[in-house]
This record gives sequence, structure tokens and C-alpha cells, in this order.
Amino acid sequence: MKRIFLLTRRELAASFRTWSGYIIVALMLAVDALLFNAYALAGPSKLSSEVLADFFGVTSGITLLGSVFLSMRAIAEERQSGTLTLLLSSPIRDREIILGKFAAGWLVLGIFLVATLPMTALVALYGRVSVGHIAAGYLGLALVAAMGFALGVLGSALSANQVVAAVASGMMVLALTTCWLLGRVSAPPLTELTTALAWWGHFEPFCRGVVGFSNLTYFVFVAAVALFGATRVLEARRWH
Amino acid sequence: MISVEGLSKYYGERAAIRELTFQIASGEIVGFLGLNGAGKSTTLRILSCVLMPTEGSVTIDGLNLAEAPHEIRKRIGFLPDAPPLYDDMRVCDYLRFAAALRGVEDARMRAAVDHAVSRTGIGDYRNVRIAHLSHGFRQRVGIAQALVHRPKLVILDEPTGGLDPVQIKEMREFIRGLKGEHTVLVSSHMLSEVSQICDRCLIIHQGTLLAQGSEQQLAAELGGATAFQLELATNSDAWIAAIASVPGVTVTERTPLSDGGVTLVCASDGDSRPAVVRALVAAGADLLRLDRSAARLESVFVALTTGKREERS
Repeated sequence: MKRIFLLTRRELAASFRTWSGYIIVALMLAVDALLFNAYALAGPSKLSSEVLADFFGVTSGITLLGSVFLSMRAIAEERQSGTLTLLLSSPIRDREIILGKFAAGWLVLGIFLVATLPMTALVALYGRVSVGHIAAGYLGLALVAAMGFALGVLGSALSANQVVAAVASGMMVLALTTCWLLGRVSAPPLTELTTALAWWGHFEPFCRGVVGFSNLTYFVFVAAVALFGATRVLEARRWH
Repeated sequence: MISVEGLSKYYGERAAIRELTFQIASGEIVGFLGLNGAGKSTTLRILSCVLMPTEGSVTIDGLNLAEAPHEIRKRIGFLPDAPPLYDDMRVCDYLRFAAALRGVEDARMRAAVDHAVSRTGIGDYRNVRIAHLSHGFRQRVGIAQALVHRPKLVILDEPTGGLDPVQIKEMREFIRGLKGEHTVLVSSHMLSEVSQICDRCLIIHQGTLLAQGSEQQLAAELGGATAFQLELATNSDAWIAAIASVPGVTVTERTPLSDGGVTLVCASDGDSRPAVVRALVAAGADLLRLDRSAARLESVFVALTTGKREERS
């Protein structure tokens, strides 16, 4: 646990020691604010809860996109620069390396989510929304961030090239997104399967302020499988 | 300290190393000598628990690598061929991070970092960002991270790679200074380096261990083979061709000098120096120096590796 914290602290500091962390978070915020204004606030008159639901929907997409870009350097950059050798030759377990990287990335995405709070506050100030709705939405966003970054870490473990890593994790996210579209056009029993796999179907209730155990379990499960996969990839590299 | 039995590593069908067997006693400085691609780095990466072997067993400080890699890593300091440095960190922060990774407790942290800094002579640079360091100091920081937790075994892969002559000399003295406190395994393809630093050397070629022992032992075992260095006034292809035309003589190294001359290292089956001198005189060459003793380890190495090539062909 101590070594996970150590690695998380280093990764977090590395993200903000250079401009890259600030730039990515700032870009995410800019795009999010733009879409909040152009999509969530626009159109015919809406209830405050509908505006909030749209905001969470938009932000989930930005979060996933940001997680792909933030995670591509997690393992791939370490492998490229040779610093992974420092970790692999130290008494830190492979799963601790993966968890440390994951925790740091999740925290960076958490900073982004915290920075979006003024937009939510705006809706709350000029409309009527419950604290529970806001809390459920942010819980959903935190889970989406966990899933996205975990898939990103897996992509980053698979390749030494950061661009390839980003493409790999992007494809995984895209596959889980496409499942939702497939679910709308396919017939049973494929519908059940694709709907169960699609992240949007599990996130949408959070947008409406509904926290369901099965939806919560979905994100935890996908993140856990991705992190387990990343650990196994890292272990396998020692043998090849 | 280290016991290796039948160690092999395959990358797909290709064997990087094959059935290596050797022992290293505690406190020794042992050189791992071989040409580029001989399997040195693979072996060192296995010994430092970065890679796992395909076959064979490794025991370090009484612990089996397959059973307790985590425990072994605590006892090892490893400098790979490219120092594993985070450019965004300051030297002291990086060393604290490396020490904490290796389990150095907070109470001993300051002393551990101070010790590593003073041993490697990087005191003036402890607050400098690693990205701003020269190659020589990056190498020193790389060694400092390998020493910061005071490991029993220090593994250095090509520690003098890319250093200038003054830095190489300092590095050699530094590695010699580790004797006693640490067991040191150092790899190199530079014969003079191993000859000057190490108590004993292991010669590896195409993934197999060809010979092991002190320089004197190896030279005695291969008494028939010889090598010599010579210096010519001009770096002339015709003169070098004249040397190569002598039966049994091979020019293994050619180092141009700043004054227009050239230093050559030659290998031969027996003592071919008289024949080489006659060939050079006939070619009208200006021979400035001919020296056999300076190239003793070269002669062993060349005899072993060329002999092995001939066997294979």
C-alpha cells in the first residue's frame, strides 16, 4: 500500500510538474464548458434536472476522451524512456505499479471533475436541483473516469508506443460505446448482451440522479478487469 | 552470492543466452565481457529480476529467483545500459523516490540519500532537475539510485558507455571503490575496462559462456594465441592491408589518432610480430610502436571468439 501511494504521488506530481497536465485538464474544461453552453443550456425550455442530466452526459464523453489521452503515457512512456526498469527491478509488485498509475490518473480526472462544479452550481443557482441528483451524477462521472483510465492503462501496457496505446484504449472505449448503438438496432438475445456491455446504458441512470447497484457494479467490474489485464500484460513482459 | 545453473532465455525461437552456469562469491568484482548482442544485458536483466528466465535456476544471497524475486530485488541495485531517470524530477527527489521504492524507511532516508550522493560526487547537483544534467552526471545519478539502499549486489550494465576519457577513468576508480562493501557485476564490451576493474571475468559470446577466470588464468589457458597493438604514422589502407596479408593475422580494432596516425589491435594464431614487421617494411610503412603485453586480455578474447566463430562455420 505504501508503494502504491509512493508511485501515485510521483505520477501526480509528474502530471503537474510539466505543462501537459494543466493543458489537458484546461482543454477538457474548455470543451466541456463549450458543450455545456451549446448543448445542455441550448434548445427549448428545459427543466433544471434535464439541463443537469445533459451536462453529465456531455461531461462523461469528455471524461472518457480525456482518460484516453491522459493514460497513454502511463506505462508506454516508462517503457520508452527506460524508467520502467527502475520499477521492475525494485521490490514493488506489478499490480502495485498498475494501481499506483491508475490512482494517479483517476485523481487527475477527479481534479477535472471538481473543476466542472461551477457549471453545476450555475444550474443549481438558477434552477431547482437536488443535492442527491448532483451527487449521483458526479458518482457516475467518477466511475466513468475509473473505467476509462483503467482501459487506458491496459492500452498503455500493451504497447511501448504512446500513440498505439492511445489508439488501443480508444478502440476499447469505442467498442463499449458502439454496443449501446448496436443494442438499439439488434434483435434479442443480442440486444440484452450489447446493452449489458454498453457503458452508456449503465451511466444514463446516474445522469437522472438514480444510483443502481448493477450500474455501479458494471463500472467497477470493467475497471477491475482492465487493471487485472494490465497487470497480467506487465507480468507477461517479464517472460518474453 | 550468485549461483547460476543452466540459465537460458529464448525470445521466440531465438536463444539470447544458452545454459549459462557460473558462481560469483561475495565481495567480488566480476566483469561480464562480450561483443554487442552476446547476451550480457539479457543475463544482467535476469539477475536483477527484470526478466524471468526460460530455463535454469538462479540463486542470489541464498534466495531462488523463481520463488522469491521480490525479496531478491531488495538486495540488488541495478543500473541498466540507459540510466532509468525521470527527467522531470530533481536529483535528490529522484533518489528519495528510488530509496523509498526499495524500502528505505523515512528515518534512514536522509542518511541513505546523503551517502549515495557523496559516493557518486553529485553533491553540487542534488537540487538540479535531471533533464538539465550532462551525460556523465546522468550516469552518476543512475549509479546513485543503484546504491541508495546499500544493496549487497550491484549490477552495472555498460556503466562507462558514452563517457569521455576523464569520466571513464573516474568511473573505473569509483567501481573499484565499491569492492568490499558490495558484490559488483559489471558488463562491458571494452576489454581494457574489464581488465582494469575486475577481479575475474566471464566471457560470453553468442549467448554461451566461453570462459571464466582472472585475466592471468585465461591467458595461461590460451597460451598459444596472441594479440598485439601497433601504431602507424599514417592511417593508410595500404599499410593495413599489408598487415592483414600476413597469414593468420586479423586486424580486430582500428582507432584513428588525432595526429593522422592509427592504432591497431591485431590477433594471430601464434607470435606473428616478425612477419608483420617484415610486411610493413616491405610496404614502406612508418611503424611507431609494437606492443604485445598491453593486449593480453584482447588476445584471450579474440582467440576465444574467433575460435568459436570458426567452430560454428
